[in-house]
Amino acid sequence: MTSSHPTRIAARFASLAAEGRPGLVTFITAGDPDGVTSLDILKALPGAGADLIEVGVPFTDPMADGPAIQAAGLRALKAGQTLAKTLAMVAQFRAGDAATPVILMGYYNPIYVYGVDRFLADARAAGVDGLIIVDLPPEEDEELCLPALKAGLDFIRLATPTTDDKRLPAVLRHTAGFVYYVSITGITGAATPDAGRVSQAVARIKQHTDLPVAVGFGVKTPEQAAAIAAGADAVVVGSALVEAVRASLDETGAATPRTVSDVVQLVQGLAAAVRGVARAA
Amino acid sequence: MNVLNSYRTGPDERGHFGIHGGRFVAETLMPNILALDEAYRVARADPAFQAEMDGYLAHYVGRPSPIYFAERLTEHLGGAKIYLKREELNHTGSHKVNNVLGQILLARRMGKKRIIAETGAGQHGVATATLCARFGLECVVYMGAVDVERQKPNVFRMKMLGASVVPVTSGSRTLKDAMNEALRDWVTNVDDTFYCIGTVAGPHPYPAMVRDFQSIIGRETRAQLMEMEGRGPDSLIAAVGGGSNAIGLFHEFLDDPDVEIFGVEAAGHGISSGQHAASITGGKPGVLHGNRTYLLMDGDGQIAEAHSISAGLDYPGIGPEHSYLHDVKRVTYLPCTDSEALAGFQLLAKLEGIIPALECAHAIGKVMEIAPTKAKDHLMVVNLSGRGDKDIFTVAEHLGGQV
Repeated sequence: MTSSHPTRIAARFASLAAEGRPGLVTFITAGDPDGVTSLDILKALPGAGADLIEVGVPFTDPMADGPAIQAAGLRALKAGQTLAKTLAMVAQFRAGDAATPVILMGYYNPIYVYGVDRFLADARAAGVDGLIIVDLPPEEDEELCLPALKAGLDFIRLATPTTDDKRLPAVLRHTAGFVYYVSITGITGAATPDAGRVSQAVARIKQHTDLPVAVGFGVKTPEQAAAIAAGADAVVVGSALVEAVRASLDETGAATPRTVSDVVQLVQGLAAAVRGVARAA
Repeated sequence: MNVLNSYRTGPDERGHFGIHGGRFVAETLMPNILALDEAYRVARADPAFQAEMDGYLAHYVGRPSPIYFAERLTEHLGGAKIYLKREELNHTGSHKVNNVLGQILLARRMGKKRIIAETGAGQHGVATATLCARFGLECVVYMGAVDVERQKPNVFRMKMLGASVVPVTSGSRTLKDAMNEALRDWVTNVDDTFYCIGTVAGPHPYPAMVRDFQSIIGRETRAQLMEMEGRGPDSLIAAVGGGSNAIGLFHEFLDDPDVEIFGVEAAGHGISSGQHAASITGGKPGVLHGNRTYLLMDGDGQIAEAHSISAGLDYPGIGPEHSYLHDVKRVTYLPCTDSEALAGFQLLAKLEGIIPALECAHAIGKVMEIAPTKAKDHLMVVNLSGRGDKDIFTVAEHLGGQV
């Protein structure tokens, strides 16, 4: 929170609080199944009810992801996606939407190879608001977290069930925008989280920070999303969207007329459920 | 003590060897990594831990491994006097057991009941399955589906020893993907599971810890050569995939300025073919599997698929300490193609009656090149890191079925 005016992420969480409801964060993999379709999906997400958007940066070796997101990344890479194309895609989205926060999520190597300073300048220019980099724990803050904060990008840290009270302050120390609570010990799209335990964990994190807490990993259905959102500031759904993309493809793996509309329909259902969660004022 | 002039002080406390190393892992794993770091620090300082290691190394592994003067190979090449450090005579048939013993004893101290491992050629998997059997621990080994196919004898051995072998079908279906899958398992089963990494790679403290467990190779070499020749070696040579057998031999001698050190990378069909596994010769620094190191990748930072005839070297990275030793020019890393390795494999079998693993056949391949350029009183030590029984089918196939 070094900048004088609120970031898009802070503004969005403030308006969610004013509306008295939790937010829906949706994840898609950039370039899946191809660049054009992926941009169409991205553009359609806010209208379908996504409050914040995570754009997955494809990587060949996504060691914290389950089969659905692994496969999405490989589809995108096969179609020629690169980090430069992902930044260009965000810039095209940003030209038509000045308010919806966009967070890039992925692994460090593509950014490291692109060059940290060049990446931060280009990401900021493209309209990226925040970064979630799975393989950069606080122990490696000097790599990207501190330069990103300096460049005016939020660095959103993952807190997990294994992050105990002793470690939590270190994890939260340079976190900005919101805290992403990983609801399970495991990979994306795996086990279903227990809503009761998740809300206890969120309460524990909130004893250490004023930042909003979003919860993700393993949330697939509108019912699960509503249950998790009831105990958090936002809920993240990723593998289910990526799975909807996959299910819509033809036998050659190409997009069909259903691809965008199937994802939109899924997000509408999730958004309706999440928006139905009233906050006890 | 002049610390600045030592190559043996790394890593720093955050696991860095120069720019390499570090701890690039998901937050879910960090508490486990820190607990491991602490447990290893305590164990290393505990004489009882070392005594326990020494007992098993002597009576179960069969150490010290012999050092052997390869008389006919020396005569044939007509240069350096070649000694083989016989790690292939260890129980389980390779150097891998040195490290696995250390990690399994550590896992027992930490109260972990379930052991996971990745394996390429299967030598690390076999060593892990062996010690899990010995200590009654559950063992799950991740192995690329391609490697399961080409290293069948080791798959049978692991199963015989009671391990579950999980074929990995993601990505290139080799060692790198096995490591991804093992990390995914660990992130899911953090409480009861110990990840036994097979090489000097991964997040800190693995590269340092595995090196420490393997460094017995170099210490024995110094003492044995002193006894046989009255002096230390002039050069050392070892194959490098992740690099655990190599660092095990090298580490003892890094601060001996007169010892020339060669690491041999797998050059597959040749560096210019693009189909190789030579991360230093053909790669750039990047971040994968918990550490920064030289990696094979494209301009977008996507990891390339490595190629080597040897499943154990078929990995697009290398241990971070090797990357550092390359950067500071202490160790010379040389590429060796599949066909050069096959030539080394056959030569050693025919002249010395020793069938080497395809991994260390790469070192022999370069010995054939370097030894003839050295004087006859030059003492060269080759790490014969594993035996080649597992590779006879692969070699037969490449030689047109004529064994």
